Amino acid sequence: MIAINNAQLLRLAWPEIIVVATALIVMAADFLFLHRFSTHVRFSLAAGLGVLGCAGAIIRILFASEIANIFDGVLISNPLTHLVQIAVLVLTIFTLLLSVDSAFTQHVGEFVLLLLVATTGMMFLAGTQDLLVIFISLELLSLSLYILVAFNKSSAQSWEAALKYFLFGGMSAAFLLFGFSLLYGLSNSTSLPLIAAAIHGPALNPLLVIAIVTTAIGFGFKIAAAPFHFWAPDVYQVAPAPSAAFIASGSKVASFFLFFQVMALGFAGTEGTAVLPNLVRGWVPVLALMATVSMLLGNLVAIRQSSLRRLLAYSAIAHAGYMLLAIVVHTQQSLDALLYYVVTYALATLGAFAVIAVVEQQKGDDQLSNFNGLCRQSPVLSFCLAVFILSLAGIPPLAGFFAKFYLFVTVLNATPGSMGLLWLVVLAIAMSAVSLYYYLRVLKRVYVTPPAVGVAAIRTPLLSQVILIVLAAAVLLLGCAPQLLLRWIEAAVRVSGL
Amino acid sequence: MLAWTIYISFLGAAGLLLLPKGSVSSARIFALLTAVIGFGITLIYFLQHRTGEMLTITRVPWVPTLGIEFHLAADGISLTLALLTGIIAITGILFSWNIEERTKEFFAFYLLLIGAVYGVFLSYDLFLLFVFYEIVIIPKYFLIAIWGSTRREYGAMKLALYSFVGSAMVLIGLIAAFVVAGAKTTSLSQLAQFPFSPHFQMGAFPLVFIGFAILAGMWPFHTWAPTGHVAAPTAASMLLAGVVMKLGAYGCLRVAMVLFPLGLGPWGFHVLALGSWRDVFALLAVIGIIYGALVALVQKDFKFVIGYSSVSHMGFILLGLMTLNQIGISGAVLQMFSHGSLAGLLFAVVGRMVYARTLTRDLAALNAMNLHKIIPFAAVTFVIAGMASMGLPGFSGFVAELMILIGVWRAYPLLALCVGLGLIVGVVYVWRAMQKAFFISSGIESAPPNPPLPPITMPERIGAVILIATSVLVGLYPQMLLNIVVPALNSPLFDGLRKGSWQ
Repeated sequence: MIAINNAQLLRLAWPEIIVVATALIVMAADFLFLHRFSTHVRFSLAAGLGVLGCAGAIIRILFASEIANIFDGVLISNPLTHLVQIAVLVLTIFTLLLSVDSAFTQHVGEFVLLLLVATTGMMFLAGTQDLLVIFISLELLSLSLYILVAFNKSSAQSWEAALKYFLFGGMSAAFLLFGFSLLYGLSNSTSLPLIAAAIHGPALNPLLVIAIVTTAIGFGFKIAAAPFHFWAPDVYQVAPAPSAAFIASGSKVASFFLFFQVMALGFAGTEGTAVLPNLVRGWVPVLALMATVSMLLGNLVAIRQSSLRRLLAYSAIAHAGYMLLAIVVHTQQSLDALLYYVVTYALATLGAFAVIAVVEQQKGDDQLSNFNGLCRQSPVLSFCLAVFILSLAGIPPLAGFFAKFYLFVTVLNATPGSMGLLWLVVLAIAMSAVSLYYYLRVLKRVYVTPPAVGVAAIRTPLLSQVILIVLAAAVLLLGCAPQLLLRWIEAAVRVSGL
Repeated sequence: MLAWTIYISFLGAAGLLLLPKGSVSSARIFALLTAVIGFGITLIYFLQHRTGEMLTITRVPWVPTLGIEFHLAADGISLTLALLTGIIAITGILFSWNIEERTKEFFAFYLLLIGAVYGVFLSYDLFLLFVFYEIVIIPKYFLIAIWGSTRREYGAMKLALYSFVGSAMVLIGLIAAFVVAGAKTTSLSQLAQFPFSPHFQMGAFPLVFIGFAILAGMWPFHTWAPTGHVAAPTAASMLLAGVVMKLGAYGCLRVAMVLFPLGLGPWGFHVLALGSWRDVFALLAVIGIIYGALVALVQKDFKFVIGYSSVSHMGFILLGLMTLNQIGISGAVLQMFSHGSLAGLLFAVVGRMVYARTLTRDLAALNAMNLHKIIPFAAVTFVIAGMASMGLPGFSGFVAELMILIGVWRAYPLLALCVGLGLIVGVVYVWRAMQKAFFISSGIESAPPNPPLPPITMPERIGAVILIATSVLVGLYPQMLLNIVVPALNSPLFDGLRKGSWQ
């Protein structure tokens, strides 16, 4: 056992410490000085502080990073974890800015605190390969998210959704913990690489099968993959817009990265295969099945939705299905593709929720009929929405298209010489053709349907407008020049050797 | 420089959106100017291009990780179709001079579509080609759904979904080919040289070919075409029939047949006397020719007649490709050009000159109006366009269809007879539509429209003259196009096709 070097531990955790400290400062400032101001001012100052904290953490990661691995992966610091942490922090910054113009709560300090604490949880998630730390930070993240969903105290539905989310989340945590405990029992270790070394064997231990299935179920809840998606539509629909945006973007990035790591590292050697017609038992067929169900269910049910948030929830399930394909093949290249996909997806979803937030504030709710004729009420808003929606649909030259293309290429490329996984790719592409239908229906309302009579022009707050334009520009830019992000991801993945 | 056809169209689209609110006429002129510049650039290159070389326009790495390049290049075939795009773009704008509602947006979507079409024709990298090919879908949808007529939202959605399903099939084929070839390059010429196994080609060829052929209106995947054409506003139908359907045919030739030439070879067994994918698609093309013509014969709606005639004419192009001999394929390229200009003209007459004035496309109602007295220019234009479309000598359609027929005669003598039947029906439906729409039948009470129709405007006249002139020019001197198309077909790119199953 190596001697514990507290100084190094502290140094590695600096970014997280910065975020936590910011969270506490925001909370204190809000209680001590800000409470006499209006909600808007409080939100602006609190979010401003939060943004500064996140920016500080990013700067710390960028300029004072080192490569380290303490205690067999309890705390890891390498370019890949930095990349994921920066992505999470950037998404948090956008969420904070987005919340400035909202008025759903008086408890500004607590809201920002919870957002930042959840971010801390995600940062730890990205930077560890140890089951215990994974579980603790996952709980830190989840508990914050449950409260964030329930933050609109005036809405009974918000409570209901939060309770649902909490119950399902608690159950998934139980599954996960059960799976983890079995893994520990099998391997006598909590470190993913050590576990893999211990459980590796020609035949699958029945206990290991249970561990695989329960872990997959636990993570399935987190990423809202079918058939463990029941919380998603409700949460997406009634959570305050910034919370929903956060759940749909930042937490997706962290969860998918973690899921990939746990499966590819922790269960290495027990993959099995999803190549038809000779499936081999292991975790790969389990995930392939989950991906298939998610793609089918998400896309088909999304067609019937009349609320944009619910539609995005089902499309999120579908996208989770596509992204699971990257975990199914778990090559280095597919990790590149997964990260590119999840980051661009998060940007587009965040943007879509920003648009929804603006529209909801003026029109009451997010029914699709409220988007009728949006392009005549606010051309900028509707143009940005079109960019986000088309990116989700995978239309070039937006980021979503390249993400899909690259993902499908890596899936096929994982089994060179055989077209064994072609069926998954064919299904995914066919389903994205289905998805175009419901995405186009949204845009049809925005651009084609005339607005209801007597509706005034929509006033977009300046800050929201700036965020929207920045996000739309990012989606467009990453689509036209994917190499900007891809180069970075590739270098990080190569160095980390995952 | 040629790449600027693409950039300038996109910039024009963006520029239009920046114009001040309510600037209708400046938007039109701006759009027209953009289209004219695009056409001018293409024309210069067209006139300079003689040798049959592959002219590289731009080539820079785009996504080095996957070997994707931003590679634009032009040979005779691309230049011919780019020229067609320029002509249709200009005349389409001339024929949409009457768009008053959301004019800026209309022309912005229009130019976006034009830019993407130029992009497809000039791309030499498969990924790039596919990107442009998919960009086409969205403006097409909005052009129809916002400014269209009969059942526009249905027609637009159907069109968008058909296109997207087609491109999904193409995408699967392309990704598979890319991966099988080692995932190192998406360059068309390098992938074309890769020796894909015959087994793989047999599977990939029909997938990609059908994917593109959906957009080319191949029977039985043609059903988007008539509804889409009818729902679309005039300029959009002109673009749809004029160039967008050619994208499909171009993709069949340039991607499916070039990448997977062995997919055209015999299966080694026969099903219903069909021994290869080539036989299957040739048969489908002939069915398309006859079916389209017969259905056009019984339509009550004037625009549906033209819509189905497009299906019929596109059948000629696909059949020409399947002859796999030089005369047949060059005839097919010529037919792409010829049908592009003629279908554009026919849709212009029906949509702009007649429907925008009478507000009906019902042939019986039009018959009673005795239109040749009221808008003689439209009647004359339609007669000329109809003659060209029937394939009378002196027009482009004659040369193109003759070449295809000769090609078919060499490859499938029996099918050539069926095609002859299709040609005869073609004469009949044009004749019928012409008579019903413009010349009153005896024994019918003349019911002149009330209030009187506005006269044909100058932009319409100019547009019609341009399209007729194009057709006549190519009809009288087809060498103008063939001089660059035939060398392009003999270029190294088509080596696989020539060595494989060329006859």
